[in-house]
Amino acid sequence: MMKSKPDEEDYWNSSKFKAFTFDDEDDEFSRLKESKQAVNSIRGLVEEDDDEDDVEKVSWSGEPVGSISWSVRETAASNHRTDREPAFPKINTETPPLSRSHSGYSLSSLFKGKTKGGNFQSITDTLSDSSVRLYAPELRKPKSEYKDYVSDWSPEETVHRMKQGKSVSLEKFRSLQDKLLLLDFSVAAHDGNVITAVLIYLKRTLSKEVLFRELESRQTALRHFIHYLTETRDQKLLLELLRALGRTEDMVLLQYKEHLSIADENKRRDFLKSCLSLPFPADDSAHVQDHYTLLERQIIIEATDGQAERGGKVEMFHKFPRRASIVNMPLITTLYYCCFYHYEEPEGSFSSPLNIRHTFRISEKQFFVTALAARAKLKAWSDVDALFTCRNWLGFTRKRSPVTFSRVVDILQKNSAPTQVLQDYVALVDDVTLRISLAQKLKCHDIIINTYRDLKDRQLLLGYRGKVEIGSAEERKIIELLDNQQIRWKN
Amino acid sequence: MAHSARRDSPELPDFSLLKRLARDQLIYLLEQQHEVDKLYKVEYKPIVSTSDQLCFLIRPRIQTVKWIYVANADKAAGRFRRYKIIFTPQKFYACEAVLEEQGIFGDVTTDEWAFYLLPLDDDIISLELPEFFRDNFLAGDQRWVRTAGSALHLLHTVYGPFSKIHGIGRFSKMAYESWREQVEEGETKARQAEIGKVFLIDRDVDYVTPLCSQVVYEGLVDDIFRIKCGCVEFGTDVTSSDKRVKVMLNSQDKVFDEIRNEHFSNVFGFLSQKAKNLQTAYDKRRGMDIQQIKTFVSEELKGLKQEHRLLSLHIGASESMMKKKTKQDFQELLKTEHSLLEGFEIRECITFIEEHINRQVSMIESLRLLCLLSITENGLLPKDYRSLKAQYLQSYGVDHLLTFANLKQSGLLVEQQPGETLTVMESKVGKLVNDKAAGKLTDAFSSLAKKSHFRALSKKLNLVPKSDEEYDLRVPRDMAYIFSGAYVPLSCKLVEQVLERDGWTGLEEVTRLLNGHEFSVTAKNDAQRIVLVMFLGGCTFSEISALRFLGRERGYKFIVVTTAITNSSRLIETLLDNHA
Repeated sequence: MMKSKPDEEDYWNSSKFKAFTFDDEDDEFSRLKESKQAVNSIRGLVEEDDDEDDVEKVSWSGEPVGSISWSVRETAASNHRTDREPAFPKINTETPPLSRSHSGYSLSSLFKGKTKGGNFQSITDTLSDSSVRLYAPELRKPKSEYKDYVSDWSPEETVHRMKQGKSVSLEKFRSLQDKLLLLDFSVAAHDGNVITAVLIYLKRTLSKEVLFRELESRQTALRHFIHYLTETRDQKLLLELLRALGRTEDMVLLQYKEHLSIADENKRRDFLKSCLSLPFPADDSAHVQDHYTLLERQIIIEATDGQAERGGKVEMFHKFPRRASIVNMPLITTLYYCCFYHYEEPEGSFSSPLNIRHTFRISEKQFFVTALAARAKLKAWSDVDALFTCRNWLGFTRKRSPVTFSRVVDILQKNSAPTQVLQDYVALVDDVTLRISLAQKLKCHDIIINTYRDLKDRQLLLGYRGKVEIGSAEERKIIELLDNQQIRWKN
Repeated sequence: MAHSARRDSPELPDFSLLKRLARDQLIYLLEQQHEVDKLYKVEYKPIVSTSDQLCFLIRPRIQTVKWIYVANADKAAGRFRRYKIIFTPQKFYACEAVLEEQGIFGDVTTDEWAFYLLPLDDDIISLELPEFFRDNFLAGDQRWVRTAGSALHLLHTVYGPFSKIHGIGRFSKMAYESWREQVEEGETKARQAEIGKVFLIDRDVDYVTPLCSQVVYEGLVDDIFRIKCGCVEFGTDVTSSDKRVKVMLNSQDKVFDEIRNEHFSNVFGFLSQKAKNLQTAYDKRRGMDIQQIKTFVSEELKGLKQEHRLLSLHIGASESMMKKKTKQDFQELLKTEHSLLEGFEIRECITFIEEHINRQVSMIESLRLLCLLSITENGLLPKDYRSLKAQYLQSYGVDHLLTFANLKQSGLLVEQQPGETLTVMESKVGKLVNDKAAGKLTDAFSSLAKKSHFRALSKKLNLVPKSDEEYDLRVPRDMAYIFSGAYVPLSCKLVEQVLERDGWTGLEEVTRLLNGHEFSVTAKNDAQRIVLVMFLGGCTFSEISALRFLGRERGYKFIVVTTAITNSSRLIETLLDNHA
């Protein structure tokens, strides 16, 4: 705002009529301005007299009137401009300098922007100043506060004031150009709070079609709008927006997401079924199909098993009561559950692990690991053993595993398998050092002794003798080996 | 163990002033309300109170504002109560718009508590805004940019003026601009500057570091027990009694202060030495005469008891962490992480991650490893991406389709686009980096994701020391010690380089790989050795430890300002979307 120099002010005060008698038009205009200014400043004072809550009702200002000016923004602003520190330069942030014509800056606002502080405005300003003083001297307010009630801020000034949390009125931005200018200046200011505020105004005053169209070329504003709609849960408008933008993937995910807020499992299943027709990308489409199939199946299994459990006739449920419902659990948890409770069932049954494996295309490794954990948990060691067994073409059985045997040992051990079981699998670990360290950790003495024997390492074997219990079978075995003349020890 | 700092390193400013300022303002705001009789946690339920005036102190979140008016539908019930909402650190127009839309604007009045900075320790200040990360880096909502600028402005006003500002990242630039404008709008009085240089960094400049397992004591405690606001709750396994304890973890805790920056492998030795010393100090009382015992009790005993308490606490914590880590094959996990950082045996790493997923080990941990794989490898091969995603959904639920979409949008877990696969050689030298390749990473529309170029960066900045060299963790030689000598955190390396060069000169290739947005501005030349490093989007305790190390080596004092303390779990959790 242009500050009028005191002498200028004096001049106008003393010569008010002179200045305005030559030109009628100017006079008219200034009178209008005068009265407007006077009214506005009266309103300001009236409001200030009211209690502070009412002030907040009308102004969106950073601080309520009368509140302590604690925040740095305020303290800093009230300080005098003394001892200015060396200024930091403006750096070029991502958005290119806003071109006014780009948004269709209207001629009138351009004019206002250009003449800000210019001759014309300073005349009217000083005039209205003096007129206020004339008509209502006691209502005079500090100059700096005048603009709070003047509503002819340019879009740029408006955005600037909004950033500072000062009150503004957006209502006067009625042309599309002005609205977009407002938006573009808010984006250029990098203040998300202001961007969203402008968007809320645009949402209210523009048709969806126009708003969507304009947002398409304004990515930053678009992101803010999407986030705002997400936070206010305006699902309907958000879907429309995404559709208009052709963002199918985001749109279908948003629709799919709704299932999370449906608590009833049957309703959720039905909803998922309706999602199947949505244009998901190929991979995701299969996943959603799986989600539906799985939930459908879980509901059936839950009903059957719940009944069986309540009936009390099935020993499994009696011995190992179910801890939670299987509904809405992940697929692998369901597979584990079925390996636990329904392991023996024929493949035709819905709850048979094999059926699940085929329906959901579960990899061999994945199936193996899950079944292993479930059967180990039940201490069904023969089942565990059978998982590894495969016959070669000569009919010999051997143990084979899709995961390393050290991993197998780890799974078994986590399911508290006894040493006798563990050592069978430790023995199958190929890597000697790994085998030894596993065996030591799990106290599989036999394996260590046999490995040392195979390594023909007498020293290690001697050393190990000290680690086993005196008089135990292990010690006897070590002594036997050490006494064995046929072994050609390497040390 | 206590490293001797360089003699010429300056003293840190006193940040307790920040707390005092904030407190005074809050008291002022509350006194306006008269007789605040009870504080409630804002939840989605009505507040039972006979008072006809309720005051809420909340973060400016639309959800919370909605809770307040929905849960307290007094108007519908014909009851008149006055509501006041105090937003901190500032109000957002969108929150007030919600009140307006509901027709209760005016019945509910609002105010602001400009509480920006919470000093967590002598050298750590937090904005306590964990949502900054998701809002900025996922949604692309810049609502906190001005907040960051204001926080900086507050520090500038109280402890400045700053002499130099360096930064990298989009939001750093914006925060700088916002700060600069606020400086121009206001005025600072000339005073003795306590903070000279400032370094601003966006979290997405370096995702690798926060995704790694932390092995420095403080970081490990945060990973396992979660430090909240500088405070941690230890369970019964730590206290070896039947009660849980809540303790403050900061430099006031003398035992903690000495081990917080240490690699975990050193901590046990230190603690046991400390225990021995304590024993000796206690033993001194033997053979004392009455007078001596009197002096001992009045002068030393209290301190010894205090130390005793702290020592047993940290020994308990170390034991408990050790147990937890052994149980989950920590060694193997670290090996995989190091291989990923080194770009070595990637197939084996993928197998490891796959088994992790297959066994449903940990939903967060699996995602963390997937993200680390993606960032270090510049995206997953389409075949791997599809297979790992499918297995993940099988193990942890198809709902995570939404999580994967988020991870893709933020650039943390992406699929390499066809024809984009770099050869080993190319990725090592970053040959393909040109303006085109440095653009957007995914085809997601409004994605902010950028290519990571980790390998090339790692090579340029020498982030991964040669693995065949012995690394003595007791005598760290560089910041890599915080990751067992396997990796120098990229974020901290950038700070080091820029301070050394006093700008970005000579780092052109590096900034290009980081997608630019670097800046350096000088107001005046000043040899100030107190450097404020501000992380936009969170920083980890490991990074703080690394900077402390750098400070000791180079004679700087670092002040870390962060939007929140983060770690791998928090980072991933903010991007989960498998619940309503």
